[in-house]
Amino acid sequence: MKTIYRNVLGGKAGTLDVLVLAAILFAVFPFALDPFRLSLLGKYLCYAFVAVGLVLCWGYGGILSLGQGVFFGLGGYCMAMYLKLEASDPVSTKIQSTPGIPDFMDWNQITSLPWFWEPFKSLPLTVIAVLLVPALLAFIIGVAMFKRRVKDVYFSIVTQAIALILSVLIIGQQGMTGGVNGITDLKTLHGWDIRSDSAKYILYYASGVLLIAGILFGRFLIASKVGKLLLAMRDKEERVRFSGYDVANFKVFVFVVAALFAAVGGALFTLQVGFMSPSFVGIVPSIEMVIFAAVGGRMSLIGAVYGTLLVNFGKTYFSETFPSLWLYFMGGLFILVVMLFPNGIAGLMDSHVRPWLARRRGARLRNAETPADAPPVDSSLPGTATVRSPSPLAPGEGASTPRVQPAH
Amino acid sequence: MSWFSEFGAILAMQGFNGLSVFCVLLLMALGLAIIFGQMGVINMAHGEFLTIGAYTTYLFSSLTTSYAPAFAPYYFFFAIAGAFLIAFCVGYLVEWGLIRHLYRRPLDTLLATWGLSLVMQQAFRSTFGAKEVSATLPDWLMGSVKPSESIDIPINGLFVMGLTVILTGMLALLLYRSQWGLRVRATTQNRIMSGAVGINTRRVDRITFALGCGIAGIAGAAFTTIGSTGPTSGSLYIVDTFLTVVLGGAASLAGTIASAFTIAQTQATAEFFMHGSMAKVLTLSAVVLILMMRPQGLFSIKVRR
Repeated sequence: MKTIYRNVLGGKAGTLDVLVLAAILFAVFPFALDPFRLSLLGKYLCYAFVAVGLVLCWGYGGILSLGQGVFFGLGGYCMAMYLKLEASDPVSTKIQSTPGIPDFMDWNQITSLPWFWEPFKSLPLTVIAVLLVPALLAFIIGVAMFKRRVKDVYFSIVTQAIALILSVLIIGQQGMTGGVNGITDLKTLHGWDIRSDSAKYILYYASGVLLIAGILFGRFLIASKVGKLLLAMRDKEERVRFSGYDVANFKVFVFVVAALFAAVGGALFTLQVGFMSPSFVGIVPSIEMVIFAAVGGRMSLIGAVYGTLLVNFGKTYFSETFPSLWLYFMGGLFILVVMLFPNGIAGLMDSHVRPWLARRRGARLRNAETPADAPPVDSSLPGTATVRSPSPLAPGEGASTPRVQPAH
Repeated sequence: MSWFSEFGAILAMQGFNGLSVFCVLLLMALGLAIIFGQMGVINMAHGEFLTIGAYTTYLFSSLTTSYAPAFAPYYFFFAIAGAFLIAFCVGYLVEWGLIRHLYRRPLDTLLATWGLSLVMQQAFRSTFGAKEVSATLPDWLMGSVKPSESIDIPINGLFVMGLTVILTGMLALLLYRSQWGLRVRATTQNRIMSGAVGINTRRVDRITFALGCGIAGIAGAAFTTIGSTGPTSGSLYIVDTFLTVVLGGAASLAGTIASAFTIAQTQATAEFFMHGSMAKVLTLSAVVLILMMRPQGLFSIKVRR
């Protein structure tokens, strides 16, 4: 029980962070925002999955993937194919020359369902595909690259090329994939209308719950031996290799985990937005997903969520209000975060806000002590107060769990 | 016999198309290759330096046509020089303001230069508008050569090809026959030892970066002869260019030339047999597969990092 508390929830401070996030997601936003804004927020939460995966893979593993849009898109497309087949039953598509196939296939003179669409007639197979297809691709890329010790910038460029390949492929094969427009007009999930307001709320809450579950899983991973090895590999890969570990396997593992996060985000995205298109697959969306994680803090799972929400709200705000300034904002953000705040919001929290809070709390405690003329060591005061204030580096947390990196 | 000559003509035209793609790719990759090879820096904004060169040429052309029409046949050479100078200066400033702070973090350089490319794209859009513009070409660049009845080779393509050959030759001379080139090659191969023998590696870096950007500017000037320029023209080529450099093997001029040739000819040949987008998919996939099997690229030299 205690190990779960420490490793999964991250001790007292970590639990508090998760609770604050849950309160904001489940209590504040649904009541403060109208359904339209809330559905936007639901969309952003799907991106947050990708950002959390990137924290594990890039922040801890040191692997910068510029192709997360590929996995996001594959997850999303798998889900969209199922929904599309359900939306194009023979009755509602009877005006087509071939009823029962998606409308864009009919427009492109395709008369029978391509073989790779067949599994998506069943929901269980679809759910398996959502997870398996991106994981398999990530596994193949990972094994091919990491076993040959391709790393750093080379890996990033290859993943970027893969993002380009997939988006060009989807756009080129219009008849089978829907082309530039993507797969649109999605209506029901196993008979359940996903377009109604109530469905939007349910999907929003489901995304939030899954996201927090994902964060807790990420924490578990970071606190485990794998997490320690990932950090060690990131900083001194050769030493880990000489210690007898197969570095490539750990890299493949964390890359697959990040791909899975992205895929789940993509599938939920399709459900909430009601379509999927190649504009979420290519180079630009993939690299934007990296900036979500960078703004939140590449070492902080929860920070990644806040970073995603902040950047996307900024994006929506700027593109609604000052459309011409939007790219300046985004570009400036890239430069600023990388040059001045490499650890993002979470880094600022740890270096400035938390010590400040601790100082304030210390000052308040001292103020409370002086009028009562209490002796400095008072047995009636909780012992933690006196232990805590002299250590500004680890506020809100006993000295029992020294950690290499802040993991909240 | 007529069938045979027709086939030969198609082959020649197709080969020429491939050569045009090769020239643009090589012109862009040259600058990137010396930057990436020497400093290990990924410059995502490289495509925007091409756009700078292209817009400079456009400016020269519109200034000439409105103020000195008599000067029109010769302006292009000045435009090339201007494109080089402006791109060189911007590159110098970027290195000074941005890149030099990030040498120890190559992945972060990648993100920061991506941000820079977004800013530059928006700056182009605000200055020149979102619509594509094209420079008015001097008369001698128009038209085509007809070596035989069915072969038709455009002059602007030949001009770009000539420019590519001259530029590559000059760069090779500079790298392998000059004092500066010696310093660059020394820094590439062993940065610490170069510093120890008295080479100011920081200064070499800055000049190399600026020179790479300047070459991209010339590429942009050449680019205006075969296509129109928009704010995002440069970024269309960036992934192909990176793959060219990586496939060629970092820090190898011959490798860059060979890989640009391979990629361009593969793409042009594939385009003859299938749809353009599928040709691109096929080419890029082939390059990625080769890189998976041979991560160090086609040609690689020994480098101590």
